[in-house]
Amino acid sequence: MSAATLYGLCSAVLVGLGVFGLIVHPQPLRKILAFNLIGGGVFLLFGVVARRGAAAGFGGDPVPQALVITGIVVAFSATALVVALLLRLFQETGQATLRLDE
Amino acid sequence: MPNSATAGGFLLVLAIVLPVVGVLFSVVLGGRHAERIALILMPAGLAVAVAIAVGVWRAHNVLQYFVGGWDPPLGVAFRADGLSAAMIVTAALLICGIGLFARAQFPSPKQAETRAPLAFWTLLLAVWGALNAVFLGGDLFNLYVALELLTFAAVPLVCLDGRAETLAAALRYLLFALFGSILYLLGAVLLYGAYGTLDIVLLSGRIHAEPAAWTAISLMTAGLLAKAALYPLHLWLPPAHAGAPAPASAILSGLVVKAPFFLVVRLWFDVMPRVPVHAAAQVLGALGAAAIIFGSVLALRQGRLKLLIAYSTVAQIGYLFLMFPLAGRPETGHPWSTAAWTGGVLQAISHAFAKAAMFMAAGLIAEALGHDRIAGLAGIGRALPITVFAFGLGGLSLMGLPPSGGFVAKAMLLTAAVAENQWWWALVVLAGGLLAGGYVFLVLARALADSNEPLTLLKTISPGRQTVVLALALCAVLLGFVPLRPSELLQIGRPDIAVVGLR
Repeated sequence: MSAATLYGLCSAVLVGLGVFGLIVHPQPLRKILAFNLIGGGVFLLFGVVARRGAAAGFGGDPVPQALVITGIVVAFSATALVVALLLRLFQETGQATLRLDE
Repeated sequence: MPNSATAGGFLLVLAIVLPVVGVLFSVVLGGRHAERIALILMPAGLAVAVAIAVGVWRAHNVLQYFVGGWDPPLGVAFRADGLSAAMIVTAALLICGIGLFARAQFPSPKQAETRAPLAFWTLLLAVWGALNAVFLGGDLFNLYVALELLTFAAVPLVCLDGRAETLAAALRYLLFALFGSILYLLGAVLLYGAYGTLDIVLLSGRIHAEPAAWTAISLMTAGLLAKAALYPLHLWLPPAHAGAPAPASAILSGLVVKAPFFLVVRLWFDVMPRVPVHAAAQVLGALGAAAIIFGSVLALRQGRLKLLIAYSTVAQIGYLFLMFPLAGRPETGHPWSTAAWTGGVLQAISHAFAKAAMFMAAGLIAEALGHDRIAGLAGIGRALPITVFAFGLGGLSLMGLPPSGGFVAKAMLLTAAVAENQWWWALVVLAGGLLAGGYVFLVLARALADSNEPLTLLKTISPGRQTVVLALALCAVLLGFVPLRPSELLQIGRPDIAVVGLR
């Protein structure tokens, strides 16, 4: 098994775990952690793609690496926005859940 | 397609940069100036949008611009074809209408800084910039960023008033949207890994039917469906759209859900015109049909006006996805000239105007009465005749009655269903129209009934705001005078086979 395949499988596992967590857990905080897990898997896949697509003499294709930085920034701001909303919801209702009637 | 930037290319940059500059200035100068900045930029942005449409029409070709002068695959391209031009003009008109309407609701603070006006006007411009970036983007990763910007601008609009229910609705919307966008990004990585480019034009030349392409497109489509709130991923939409302030609901329901739909169209018809997807298109159509039926039935059962309108959005989004099984593929003949393609796009545009008008009409009714319970609407037709009339005109488009854009769109979908020998979609379109008639008449019958006790309005509604609502509803009606045939503007920038089919 080549290193690229191993990393690719790793990223598949991360994405799978994340999707599972995002669907199964009702708590928003866990959902956002699961979202970041998927994000980790996707960013790892960018690395794999960069390694596989490298031209002769280069260690890696630079384009996916540029994309990954942007992707991380976007995922970071998304997480910040979710956490901000969640904190505000906690201040208003005293609970950090989406089921307000319970 | 030419391989260099075209003459009108700078207009595309302007369409994105103008609203973004507005956002930056609003943040720096604060809430006392945010409204003025937005009001100055609205006509300018509308002019740019019209100039883009005229440019595309005159050149009869795609306008494009390469950022920094770098050609794809290394550079990022912006392209405007007929479809983008139509969507950009729609967005500009709606933003201007919504902006004029919202002046009374989010006035500039006189002395002390207040949060809501600053947030509303800044986010309005941010949504506009992000929408234009989605409509013009020619690179799948750039489109991902545009889609995320749109989400980040749209979610806070839901919870402008800061009540706990709207915060929860915004949070649920955001979680759905993030799930959607990360799936889209995963698909984009797979495409880059398989074909070494993310530029739509280059990709369409390299992509072919194989597992990598299928996986990538399925992931991206599933992600976009979560953002477009297609049944059964619609759960977030009704509380979010119904809980937002009226102008924000109009933006969210009229424009924001159309952006992911637009990207699905780009993916299916521009990125992979040569990959056979017949079975998958039937699945999309079936989900659309389910959305029409479930959304309409649930709308009929709502007790509150804004929730009714929000569920009707779920149903109307379903019509958009009927174009996928009906619009045909290259192997079946003339894909772009089919009536379904024009019908689907026209449905997106006419629903944008009609739904924005209806949400704003509901907002005025709620302001006047202090509630939006459908059972308590009696007498409002006498008190706010223009508003109720505008609501009815919007309803025409939802039902698909002539004259309205919705009629032309649905008639084309029906024609296509019959012509393609897929009569079951025709049944769904007709059933959806009947159900829509049911919920629109439910509201109008209450609103036009005489009330037993004299109606006391909490607030007088200025005729100006009612006129703006009426103007948007009239736009939806005017679209009904579009000729009942595949539109030539929408075909610009399609592959050659399209033009052949048109003549």
